[in-house]
Amino acid sequence: MVKPVIVEELVKKYRMKRGEVKALNGISFSVEKGEVFGIIGPDGAGKTSLFRILNTLLLADQGRATVNGYDTVGEYKKIRQCIGYMPGRFSLYQDLSVRENLEFFAAIFNADIQENYLLIKDIYTQIEPFRDRRAGQLSGGMKQKLALCCALIHQPEILFLDEPTTGVDAVSRKEFWEMLHRLKERGITILVSTSYMDEAGLCDRVALLQKGNILSIDTPEGIRGRFGKAVWAVRASEMFRLLNELKGDPSVESCYPFGQYHHVVLKAPLAGETDLRGIMDRERYAEAEVRPISPTIEDCFMALMKE
Amino acid sequence: MKQFLIFVRKEWYHIWRDKRTLLILIGMPIIQIVLYGFALTNEIKNSRIAVLDESHDPSTLALIQKIDASRYFEITRMLHSPADVEAVFRQGRTRLVIIFPLGFRGDLLHGHRAQVQLVADASDPNTANMLTNYAEAIINDYQQSLNGDQALPYQISTQIRMLYNPELKGAYNFVPGVLALVLMLVCAMMTSMSIVREKEMGSMEVILVSPLKPFRIIIAKTIPYLLVSLLNIVCILVLSVYALEVPIRGSLWLLIGESMLFTITSLSVGLLISNSAKTQQTAMFTSMMSLFLPTLLFSGFLFPVENMPLPLRVVSNVVPAKWYYIIVKSVMIKGLGPAAVWKETLILTGMTLVLLGISIRNFKIRLA
Repeated sequence: MVKPVIVEELVKKYRMKRGEVKALNGISFSVEKGEVFGIIGPDGAGKTSLFRILNTLLLADQGRATVNGYDTVGEYKKIRQCIGYMPGRFSLYQDLSVRENLEFFAAIFNADIQENYLLIKDIYTQIEPFRDRRAGQLSGGMKQKLALCCALIHQPEILFLDEPTTGVDAVSRKEFWEMLHRLKERGITILVSTSYMDEAGLCDRVALLQKGNILSIDTPEGIRGRFGKAVWAVRASEMFRLLNELKGDPSVESCYPFGQYHHVVLKAPLAGETDLRGIMDRERYAEAEVRPISPTIEDCFMALMKE
Repeated sequence: MKQFLIFVRKEWYHIWRDKRTLLILIGMPIIQIVLYGFALTNEIKNSRIAVLDESHDPSTLALIQKIDASRYFEITRMLHSPADVEAVFRQGRTRLVIIFPLGFRGDLLHGHRAQVQLVADASDPNTANMLTNYAEAIINDYQQSLNGDQALPYQISTQIRMLYNPELKGAYNFVPGVLALVLMLVCAMMTSMSIVREKEMGSMEVILVSPLKPFRIIIAKTIPYLLVSLLNIVCILVLSVYALEVPIRGSLWLLIGESMLFTITSLSVGLLISNSAKTQQTAMFTSMMSLFLPTLLFSGFLFPVENMPLPLRVVSNVVPAKWYYIIVKSVMIKGLGPAAVWKETLILTGMTLVLLGISIRNFKIRLA
């Protein structure tokens, strides 16, 4: 059986006033049928360029890609029949109501709302109370739900979601991922990009993308498992001074702020809690706290970026 | 078909819900017609003139009465000395001064040759010209009435008949011009902006990814504007017939048919602009610069094309509005039939097909 998405050595360059910018630097990967595949990377990593090439909206400079076995250049019309796409920014009509947007997108994809209602029912029932409200007056989370409905209404085999949760509150983000998993159960292959590292764990497999290069492709567990070093979460009263202190310390390999804690990796493999406490006592930090944690995807990303 | 209708309906919602645009679409033609019809007219009515009568005899009196009675002139001042002439022009409101020298009647009856001086404010040359012509005509008229039945040995009298527009109304000229201008602007500017808006908003991305064919996207996006244009055509024609009293002498259906053809030409221009414009502002300015000015200058509506130097006359041939203007004048004002305008119609059709072909061929099926 054909893999839903195959990418081979894709290169995309943009010509700017000051020279060339490589958005994609010869990346390759493939997506299995029915999986949720995450493209994880910061802004400017090349996520949107990759999505647009796969959606047949952009042409790659080198390399090739197939979607459902169809070539993205020569057979773009066939691809446009079988995919659903939700662009990064809200791309529905702000001056049309929820219902009108849905009807319009159903119509242009030759789909019947009644026939496909089952697929969007879970999501649509949440926005149905606002069906006559203009899309421009919906909240961020509601807009994303409506956009997802519109992308799903024609029962696509493959769904491309470009940063669907950017700018959406934490609760809506969680709901959104739950919806994605329900869609996965229906056999839809989902390609989703995000700059939130914590969402990587919700994907079946992820590709870490940085400046047009793939740093690693694996299951979230696999990526974390390969980290191979102990990570320590450190906290004290003066967090900013502590960050600079630890970054400057010769025994510390890396130290990044993560919410309420700093994540620290030490250079010596056997060094640990006592070494960190030593530094903090020496510099007289109050309320010092050190505990071992398992590495997050972001820790892995930072480490891979350094290599 | 249902797909297509829903697309058209969506486009209609965009127009209908954006009240500002709607106001421009419907209001612009009405305002233009009213403006050109009542405010911006180059007709001469009740021009203020002054008279310096040094003779004060029955002849000058009769002439002055005749002039004052005409609808072109309104005598506002009677001057008393030649020095007043300069002063009255300096005040700026008087356009023309008529001077009768001393002994006018005597010269006329006994010397067979009397003189009248017409002094016009030629800072506006066209008006000055027209005023002196009108005054001359009135004086000649008076002279002929004096001669009466007396047969003069040799006399050539010119008989002037102003064909199609006996009253020399300016409206006969600008109604076709406004039609061309409004249709060009409404169709080209609005379609180009509505397509570019989709690009700006990002919805074009989703539409492109759909199985919808580019040709259908284009047609669906233009149909509502075609309807709005039809409404505009009807609006302008009703206003010109009932408010400006410009008759439609030829076939109404021919006129509407030709107007629809020109509408499609304008829509194609709009599509062409939308292919290259990236923002709504660019689309608007490109439409303004590339359509508004050429239509105004080269259609023959404000300035006669025949008087332009050759390069400009050549340029005027590629301005669709020029051909449409000729067609409307022929059909509406002169009352001619299809046989008289087939050539212009053919040229316009050709232009439309070429423009439409290019814009459909160049329609971007991808983003870049």
